[in-house]
Amino acid sequence: MLKICRTDFDALRRHGEETYPNECCGVLLGQMDDDQRIVASVARCGNTRSDSPRNRYHIDPKELIRIQREGRERGEDIVGFYHSHPDHPARWSQTDLAEAHWIGCSYVITSVEKGKAVNTNSFELTGTDENDKKLSDEKIEVA
Amino acid sequence: MPKIHIPTPLRQYVGKQPTIEVKAGSIGDALSGLVSQHPELRRHLYTDDGKLRAFVNVYLNDEDVRYLQKEATAVKDGDSISIVPSIAGGR
Repeated sequence: MLKICRTDFDALRRHGEETYPNECCGVLLGQMDDDQRIVASVARCGNTRSDSPRNRYHIDPKELIRIQREGRERGEDIVGFYHSHPDHPARWSQTDLAEAHWIGCSYVITSVEKGKAVNTNSFELTGTDENDKKLSDEKIEVA
Repeated sequence: MPKIHIPTPLRQYVGKQPTIEVKAGSIGDALSGLVSQHPELRRHLYTDDGKLRAFVNVYLNDEDVRYLQKEATAVKDGDSISIVPSIAGGR
């Protein structure tokens, strides 16, 4: 399960509207235990896929290191990521699965239709390694 | 000693420690020392033929070691080494 406050939930959805028709992306920070991730803050990232921003995203590792360092100073860890699917359902794609490597983290996807955020779903990357990983539906609890 | 920052998915293989200090003179030494101490990590960082997996980024402080001297990049006390699996996807 992913627990997130209304402000952060609305912020990541709004991010997808602001970058439409391109994909947005960002990082979820907070606390993690075996079956839930509790978001304490959300960090927006730039999408480095300038060659294909409408259907691809990539976060610069350097930006991630900075976000990770700032989170550490607040006692927060990386617990997941988010991105948007412009004019496409809020379901993971084969590209999303192939490019997901943070097992145990949440991958949140928001569908944005004609500039308006519609559905937001979360998927936990489960498994033990690259061979058996999968994205599993998880509940989002918005407090 | 240089400090290695372990990303959240890999901490289960290192006793849940967020950082590990290793005695090392290069990035290669540091990663070898890390997987020697925690052998379960090896398959998550390296392919079967011993190459660092393509999606595993290794940064020395704020620099990608691929643009320095790769695994031969020198490290010193107080350096931060970050292991950062890539984050990407799309519809």
